[in-house]
Amino acid sequence: MFHHRLDLPLVEDATGRFMVWIMAVMVYLGIIALAGALVLSGMAERWENGLTGRLTVQISPQPDDLGTGTGTEVDSVAPLVQRTEVALALLRATPGVARAEPITLAAAHKLLEPWLGSALPDDLPLPALIDVEVADGGGLEVPALADRLARSVPGARLDNHAAWLDDLRRLARTAQLVALAVVILVGAATLAAVVFAVRTGLAIHSPVVELLHLMGASDQYVARQFQAHIVGLALRGGAVGLGLGLVTLAVLAHAAGDVSSDMLPSMALTPRQWLALGAVPLVAAGLAAITARWTVLRVLAALP
Amino acid sequence: MIRFEDIGLRYGSGPEVLSRINFTLKPGSFHFLTGASGAGKSSLLRLMYLGLRPTSGTITVFGRDVASLKRAELPALRRRIGVVFQDFRLLDHLSALDNVALPLRMAGAAEAEIREHVVELLDWVGLGDHLDAKPPTLSGGQQQRVAIARSVISRPRLLLADEPTGNVDDSIGMRLLYLFEELNKLGTTVMIATHNEGLIGRFPHPRLHLDRGTLNLTPAGIGPSVAVATMAPPTPSAGLAGGVLGAGWSR
Ligand SMILES: Nc1ncnc2c1ncn2[C@@H]1O[C@H](COP(=O)(O)OP(=O)(O)O)[C@@H](O)[C@H]1O
Ligand SMILES: [Mg+2]
Repeated sequence: MFHHRLDLPLVEDATGRFMVWIMAVMVYLGIIALAGALVLSGMAERWENGLTGRLTVQISPQPDDLGTGTGTEVDSVAPLVQRTEVALALLRATPGVARAEPITLAAAHKLLEPWLGSALPDDLPLPALIDVEVADGGGLEVPALADRLARSVPGARLDNHAAWLDDLRRLARTAQLVALAVVILVGAATLAAVVFAVRTGLAIHSPVVELLHLMGASDQYVARQFQAHIVGLALRGGAVGLGLGLVTLAVLAHAAGDVSSDMLPSMALTPRQWLALGAVPLVAAGLAAITARWTVLRVLAALP
Repeated sequence: MIRFEDIGLRYGSGPEVLSRINFTLKPGSFHFLTGASGAGKSSLLRLMYLGLRPTSGTITVFGRDVASLKRAELPALRRRIGVVFQDFRLLDHLSALDNVALPLRMAGAAEAEIREHVVELLDWVGLGDHLDAKPPTLSGGQQQRVAIARSVISRPRLLLADEPTGNVDDSIGMRLLYLFEELNKLGTTVMIATHNEGLIGRFPHPRLHLDRGTLNLTPAGIGPSVAVATMAPPTPSAGLAGGVLGAGWSR
């Protein structure tokens, strides 16, 4: 019979249901965007770890290898197989190289199969490829090595994936920025909705607010009521948004599991990242509370 | 307690509603504020409970010049002033109990203590059977009694009542005035605005009379003192009111 109720009849306001839905949608979007950003950063990290420390030497077939040359040139080059051996020897003798292995013709065919089919002609002029693993200690001077290779082995080119990695990094960073922008925009829209709801509440209940003020309620006392109300709505909406967000992520993860795992890097999140997602509704409610308080105090400052 | 010096008031750019008002309320005094409808009684009270700032002049409340008060100092000052509004201003979604409890909650009193005092006071104003009733389900007179209970529950040092007997019959009106008298005896300064001359004539308190914005003082003792002598305190006795109000539930 004597349970403490809010002095302001905020619960009956139509803005309440609106706030719950706004919060649900915003928390949902925030969670999806944040999950996207986390997955992307994980992917970028794994790519980087997988690719840095690796080099590829590519030795292109020269006119002689193709059998179209006249064979009469004075400076005709050695056959591709020999040039590959030279390159391997040079690489293995270079300090800082942990391992250098040729990629076999069969392996190369396998890589091309999806695009060219299994019936590859044997005389297809494929470049020879050497997979190079750089020793962890460093000490490898990539530009110098590239220079020496190019001079000693005609048609040899050192690829350190730097350009590709740079592109990848840029892509991941851009996608992360977009996700961050989405989170910020969603947050700003949510807070704007809170300001709107609180101002509406203050306007609807201005007689009661004025009464409390005249009876000696401090601004904090009035603000607390709005805060408590908004936090309640935000938590309810946030729970809905969180639930929907987790369901979406589960569905996405399931769908990704069906796709060949080689093509799509893992979407798995660490426990800490899951926790971060779970904190989204709490952070949203906290920000909503602060915003509600700030809005009330600003409006009340205008009262005598 | 309260001093008005050369107070003038206009609403916006309208005519002067109050002009050159001068008076002092001593601590523990009891005054009636009379005047025809539209004379400016409510406006004068509004100035006193700091719901309005004067256009000119100086108001001193509890020894402080109102114009010099910081905003943060106002709530504590206002909590020492009990107000019965002419239109009650009860919170319709709260029970009578919660309405009356409001000033105690604002002051941060403990729930158990609040309940005890509120129930006792509502009992005394004859609303013991309506503790959980929402104001819209109460009659005008009952709402008025809830409003009065709310204004005195925290034993304010200054009580301002705007037409507190306007919606009740004379016997209940008398009883409410006795409640204010009990409160006054406990040290609260009281000012009651009314145009019900018949009712206040039975009380020997000085009157401030507003006439077209200016104030005249009629000293104490005017009116049929016989009525005061013969008028028995309503039951339950004023002694109970003293018990209720003296229970030390001020904050
Ligand atoms: N908020 C207001 N705005 C403009 N004029 C007002 C306002 N309140 C009261 N008045 C005017 O001030 C005068 C005094 O009103 P009021 O103080 O309510 O008198 P009373 O309480 O004695 O009936 C009236 O002429 C009224 O119209
Ligand atoms: Mg009036």
